[in-house]
Amino acid sequence: MTDLSRLTIADARDALRKGDFTAAELTEQYLGAIEAAEVLNAFSTNTPEIARAQAAAADMRIAKGDAPDMCGIPLGIKDLFCTKGVQTQAASHILDGFKPEYESTITGQLFDAGAVMLGKLNMDEFAMGSSNETSFYGPVTSPWRRKNEEAKLTPGGSSGGSASAVSADLCLGATGTDTGGSIRQPAAFTGIVGVKPTYGRCSRWGVVAFASSLDQAGPMVKTVRDSAIMLEAMAGHDAKDSTSADLAVPNFEAALTGDIRGKKIGIPKEYRLDGMPDEIETLWHEGAEKLRDAGAEIVDISLPHTKYALPAYYVIAPAEASSNLSRYDGVKYGHRAKLNAGDGITQMYERTRAEGFGDEVQRRVMIGAYVLSAGFYDAYYIRAQKVRTLIKQDFEKVFAEGIDQILTPATPSAAFGLGEMADADPIKMYLNDVFTVTVNLAGLPGVSVPAGLDASGLPLGLQLIGQPWNEADMLNTAYALEQASGFAAKPARWW
Amino acid sequence: MSIDIKTARKVAHLARIEVAEEALPPLADALSNILAFMEQLNEVDIEGVEPMSSVTPMALKKRADEVTDGGYQAEILANAPDTREGFFAVPKVVE
Repeated sequence: MTDLSRLTIADARDALRKGDFTAAELTEQYLGAIEAAEVLNAFSTNTPEIARAQAAAADMRIAKGDAPDMCGIPLGIKDLFCTKGVQTQAASHILDGFKPEYESTITGQLFDAGAVMLGKLNMDEFAMGSSNETSFYGPVTSPWRRKNEEAKLTPGGSSGGSASAVSADLCLGATGTDTGGSIRQPAAFTGIVGVKPTYGRCSRWGVVAFASSLDQAGPMVKTVRDSAIMLEAMAGHDAKDSTSADLAVPNFEAALTGDIRGKKIGIPKEYRLDGMPDEIETLWHEGAEKLRDAGAEIVDISLPHTKYALPAYYVIAPAEASSNLSRYDGVKYGHRAKLNAGDGITQMYERTRAEGFGDEVQRRVMIGAYVLSAGFYDAYYIRAQKVRTLIKQDFEKVFAEGIDQILTPATPSAAFGLGEMADADPIKMYLNDVFTVTVNLAGLPGVSVPAGLDASGLPLGLQLIGQPWNEADMLNTAYALEQASGFAAKPARWW
Repeated sequence: MSIDIKTARKVAHLARIEVAEEALPPLADALSNILAFMEQLNEVDIEGVEPMSSVTPMALKKRADEVTDGGYQAEILANAPDTREGFFAVPKVVE
């Protein structure tokens, strides 16, 4: 009997078509695994009835020979995606009990392709965080532990439930969203593959908005091949999102030849940070050597404005968030504060938002209100948007010089312990995104690939940054890196 | 630029978030720290640089100006904390 828990999407697709097992059997296996892993707190809502109905429908399609690649594949869906009739809270108290009357475009496309939803996945509140500790549902625990230790570690964030669930084999794949690194950082922390597509590749319609010019959804899965399969099902033009691109979606899986001979891979000197652990530096160097051995040319490049990406991000993202989150006012959905006699509508707004938003969300909404306020708009917001132009131009210049992809570390460290950063300055938490945030500012695709373990046995990832709309070539280089790295470590089961 | 208590109070009100008086000093400190981090942007020469207003150099699609969707009153009100006679209900706005 096949070990159903260790399958990839590609394995399951092929086995379902051969009739080795049914989508219903596969789904039961994962529903059981989720129940046995409650201690991880990866799922915020379980949807077994929906999963069983979708699996039964998938089995009928498979029997008829009308099965797209994702047909019968059990997935977890980040709580940021609106799912019709199913609790969707963005892990926030302010959306208590919200059940959308509509389906996000991405989940709709996945379900049309026959995918099975096991449940909704925990995350940082409104996707604001790097450790999944800002969730109203409580933090997610990583299935990974340091060697000979029992301390609970973060799976990263904001897509921490997605990362934990995929890495603990609670689903075959999960949707994530990435505004500053929220797919790639948790993927790196948990030894899985996470793709942030080019801005506009996947529709944002029905995905709870954080920072609209930076948000992009993508797949979180076990292998590069699975990311290609799942991304193809998620991508495509949507008339309901005016920023979604009207471009044909390539067959990403067909691009995975592993042949990267003659590709030019840039190594940006600005990503070599003071105080970066030697292990990260070594991992990066070895990754470049592996790509060179596979026939790529390694080129030293410069992205001079890299240093300013994080401060620009922490002006732009909160500004957009303060505007997007103004809709949570206790009127249309979710939580409304109890009012005292004589309280008016302003008290209702202010108390509802004070009760409904957690500390980090409040901080960012207020920073956003400040940088957009009269007298500071030019000094902060417009300046940050100008710096953003310069960051994007840095990338355009190296791509124009013939660079195909850029190789960087995915994160400046391995996963840290839950609670370890509780007393740290918020800025220290923001530094988690130092290698990933430039990609969002420039609207580029990026992928995090597991590349090794640190001395304490925790996964470390490398990031490849691609040219806009060329996810296919980026994933092929990621595939070559994955083959050369041979990463096969799994967390030892303790839950 | 550091944020004083008066500015923190104003920002909280702009954001429509109720903040108790005793919570204002730590809020002012937290906001000041984040702003200090942003001050790095002042080192960049932005002379003649256009602010980025669109992520991809692509004209937004237009469509004919006609009603293509609607008629969802019940669905729109379904999640509201308080509704009356087909409307969202809120505390009295005008005396």
